[in-house]
Amino acid sequence: MKTLSRKAVLGLACVLMLAPAVQAEVAYVSNEKDDTLSVIDLNSLEVIETVDVGQRPRGITLSKDGKKLFICASDSDTVQVMDLASHRIIANLPSGEDPEQFALHPNNKLLYIANEDDALVTVVDVDNHEVLAQIDVGVEPEGMAVSPDGKWVVNTSETTSMLHWIDTATNELVDNTLVDQRPRHVEFSRDASTLWASAEIGGSVAVVDVATRKIVKKLTFEIRGVHPDKIQPVGVKLTSDGRYAFIALGPANHVAVVDAKTFEVLDYLLVGRRVWHLEFNSDESRLLTTNGVSGDVSVIDVADLKVIKSIKVGRYPWGLAVKS
Amino acid sequence: MKTPRLFKTCLLALTLLGGAAQASDPLSVEVGYLSYRPPTPPALSNILPEARDTGLRGAELGIADSNTTGRFLNQRYQLQNLRGEDPEALVQQAEALKRSGVRLFVADLPAPQLRALSQRLGPDTLIFNAGSADDALRREQCLANVLHTLPSRAMLSDALAQWLAARQWRDWLLIVGDQPEDRAFADALHRSAGRFGGRIVDEKAWSFDTDLRRTAQKEMPLFTQGSDYDVVLVADERGDFGEYVLYNSWFPRPVAGTQGLTPVAWHRVVEQWGAAQLQSRFETLAGRWMDSRDYAAWAAVRSIAEAVTQLGSADPEPVRDFLLSDRFQLAAFKGRKLSYRPWSGQLRQPIPLVHPRALVSQSPQEGILHPNTDLDSLGFDAPESQCAPLYAKGEER
Repeated sequence: MKTLSRKAVLGLACVLMLAPAVQAEVAYVSNEKDDTLSVIDLNSLEVIETVDVGQRPRGITLSKDGKKLFICASDSDTVQVMDLASHRIIANLPSGEDPEQFALHPNNKLLYIANEDDALVTVVDVDNHEVLAQIDVGVEPEGMAVSPDGKWVVNTSETTSMLHWIDTATNELVDNTLVDQRPRHVEFSRDASTLWASAEIGGSVAVVDVATRKIVKKLTFEIRGVHPDKIQPVGVKLTSDGRYAFIALGPANHVAVVDAKTFEVLDYLLVGRRVWHLEFNSDESRLLTTNGVSGDVSVIDVADLKVIKSIKVGRYPWGLAVKS
Repeated sequence: MKTPRLFKTCLLALTLLGGAAQASDPLSVEVGYLSYRPPTPPALSNILPEARDTGLRGAELGIADSNTTGRFLNQRYQLQNLRGEDPEALVQQAEALKRSGVRLFVADLPAPQLRALSQRLGPDTLIFNAGSADDALRREQCLANVLHTLPSRAMLSDALAQWLAARQWRDWLLIVGDQPEDRAFADALHRSAGRFGGRIVDEKAWSFDTDLRRTAQKEMPLFTQGSDYDVVLVADERGDFGEYVLYNSWFPRPVAGTQGLTPVAWHRVVEQWGAAQLQSRFETLAGRWMDSRDYAAWAAVRSIAEAVTQLGSADPEPVRDFLLSDRFQLAAFKGRKLSYRPWSGQLRQPIPLVHPRALVSQSPQEGILHPNTDLDSLGFDAPESQCAPLYAKGEER
């Protein structure tokens, strides 16, 4: 036992060599009024890089293999594709005008983009950069989601106050669900049986049965000392175990924690000002929020339901994506 | 002969199918739009004239927005535009439109013409006032078939007074033009001063007829001399002299009211709460900026469409009752839902305070309390208005 065996030394050397190469989990945050992305190291919870992108970046989403980031550069009228190894923009997709939010099909090939100014949903093939279809929807399309089984695309139109159901097999709009005023965001449950839709001005979240496309439950919120008009739900995230729903309440500066089975509101967590979008880290132990007016990201510990840190980013942080 | 019979059966089936398709004819909603502006005396400051189609373009955008929605609900909206130099002829055209079945109107008219229209069209119509800020229409001279989407002068002056109170600029010098509208706005400011703790240290009537474009630097400092004030308030609705008060007051003080910092229903600088989208839709349609009367006309048409969507009917009485109920909510790019005051038919709304290049603030100000909604701290609250009985539900009238 006086010296380490050769094997052990080799093993240790390998660990030492490899350790710096293990990429920490990072979050990308789009800063709408800075034309940048902030990159946050999710171990240290610090901004490690700021990357210039196109004008007015809003919705961002990762490719399914985690190698690329799609960025809605709204005022550049394009969806940019960033290579995450180099942080270089490697392509601009023909997105239609003023892209705001989008959703990537589980096949990693089709991107469904909401064109806010044109009342359209544009379907783009991300491999050959072709527009496959444009679908007429209501005024100011915004929220976008593809069902986990890939069958449905749902788009919300803010001024029309509807959820538009698009069949991914035909790219046709087949049904509409009327919800409260100004629907902003939609999120499917993992089993694709329900869809959660926030209504910003209506102040409510509708839980919709996917099979019938009918509302089965409407959630409302109440926070002591906050005027009801300021409770404006936007971002929604569901834990994949089906336990919680987190709902960002905009200028109410709180995130609501909802029991996803009983629909009971369990708690309200105070975050930064004008909280809009939410994203989990990969093991769902943490939830990040973008707080537009205070220009920061709040970090919520999901097990404890406590806000543990706020991280200063650029001006008007909007979208979030996490790469493990 | 089997084949012809089969053929006939098919024909019959097709006919029936066709019939079924016809049964779901779209719900067609026609909205009459009227505008009339009395000729105004020439103003000194005539450098930037107002757009000639203000109001109308807002209504058109409201129609376009509603049709995009209506496509999914089998509704179709149409605007009938009436415009005239002669107010009497205009009312006659509106009556003719009513005879052809139109029951919903948006009016960009001064108060006297609005009163005439309301009376001539009668109780089985609903008119949206998108042109007159007249306070009396909201307080004692109410019109049962009229709802107001344009803010009243009292709402505008309250919005300004709240902000002045928040800044603690309490001492006001008030300069009033010689038109009746100027007097009306000055009266609204007097009322707001009482409500929010402003002191009008002096009120001066502007009656000079010199050309201030050349001599403002000489005239205005002398005119604004006197006891000290925190702010100069101007009541000059047509923009005769007000622009020349800025930078020319005796004391180096800011200017607000109808010039300088102005309370408005809408302005190009409003871009929060998704407003950037409305602004860009409007600019694509009209090729210019959206103003307060455009916004009021847009909000009127959107109110109609929202009621029709919820009710499945465009009859004026249920539409009016629905709009006055707490079931109605309108997302209108001002950061919160808008609704109508059931005692005066006035659309509740936040009031942006703007200068020509930026949004300065938006009232109601933080900290203003109200038992119902802080939006009712702007303009005439229920106890101040005598109109409630007129706006009671159909069956209660």
